[in-house]
Amino acid sequence: MYGALWRALPGPAWLRVIILIVLAAAALTVLVLWVFPLIDSLTTPQDVIVEE
Amino acid sequence: MTEQPAPQSRSRRPRARRRFSVVSLLGELLITAGVLVLLFLGWQLWLNDIIFGASQEQAADELSELWEGELPTPEDAAVQPGTGDPVVMGAPAANEAFANLIVPRLGVDFKRPVAEGVANAVLNNASLGTGHYPSTAMPGGIGNFALSAHRTAYGGSFHNIHQLVVGDAIFVETKDGWYKYIFRSLEYVRANGVGVILPVPQQPGVEPTQRLITLTTCNPFLSSAERIIAYGVYDSWYPRDGGAPAEIAGLASAAGVR
Repeated sequence: MYGALWRALPGPAWLRVIILIVLAAAALTVLVLWVFPLIDSLTTPQDVIVEE
Repeated sequence: MTEQPAPQSRSRRPRARRRFSVVSLLGELLITAGVLVLLFLGWQLWLNDIIFGASQEQAADELSELWEGELPTPEDAAVQPGTGDPVVMGAPAANEAFANLIVPRLGVDFKRPVAEGVANAVLNNASLGTGHYPSTAMPGGIGNFALSAHRTAYGGSFHNIHQLVVGDAIFVETKDGWYKYIFRSLEYVRANGVGVILPVPQQPGVEPTQRLITLTTCNPFLSSAERIIAYGVYDSWYPRDGGAPAEIAGLASAAGVR
């Protein structure tokens, strides 16, 4: 999977590394902004108030 | 040896002969899943609290500046508590930020906005986070000023609530000034223990005479099985035009001072 990704990227090795870093940063941003909050709201108990 | 066919075949073989392997794909997927779980835990237990905490404290500083802008800050360093009964504001609109909670024991820079209501719109909000139970007393009022916030995640405002020590100061800043409460005790109740936010906690129907503050959050960490409750009693108040009490002067004034 990652081997195929590496071969699919254009340019010399240093350029591929830069592209991979950018891709990883983009993936992390999407995870932190949208995916993790969604998972958190579905899995972790969030009740902090007292109520009947 | 002399023919040297090696370079050609060596460069061709790895590419042409590489075959799709289900096992290696599965292995890479599993490793990726493991990394994602670790990232999620790091985000939930650490990064998210930092992100939310920072934005909530910034929102609190902006509130202070807004209130400060209405009156000039006195140069006089000798700040005296106000005399007489404290000014008590009216009930704000739902989800409106009307106060800042300042508790040095919960964190050196601990200053978080308080908004009306305890719905997720307040508690899970990056610029609010701490909610006031509607129909409970307002800051400085006779009765019980009852608040709720997350213990972990979403800023985790009350993360260190169990570390409060008898005598710790709990400050509430409003547009009118600063109200100082003194922490008295902790209590642990079940999720339906609504007696803790009564005007006189755990005594239904009793007419209040004291001015109390009550902080509620979940217990234990990352669970909502129980609630941990912190009670404080009113000590004194500092009118806005007299300046912030010395203990929190650095926190209470505009953000730039810090």
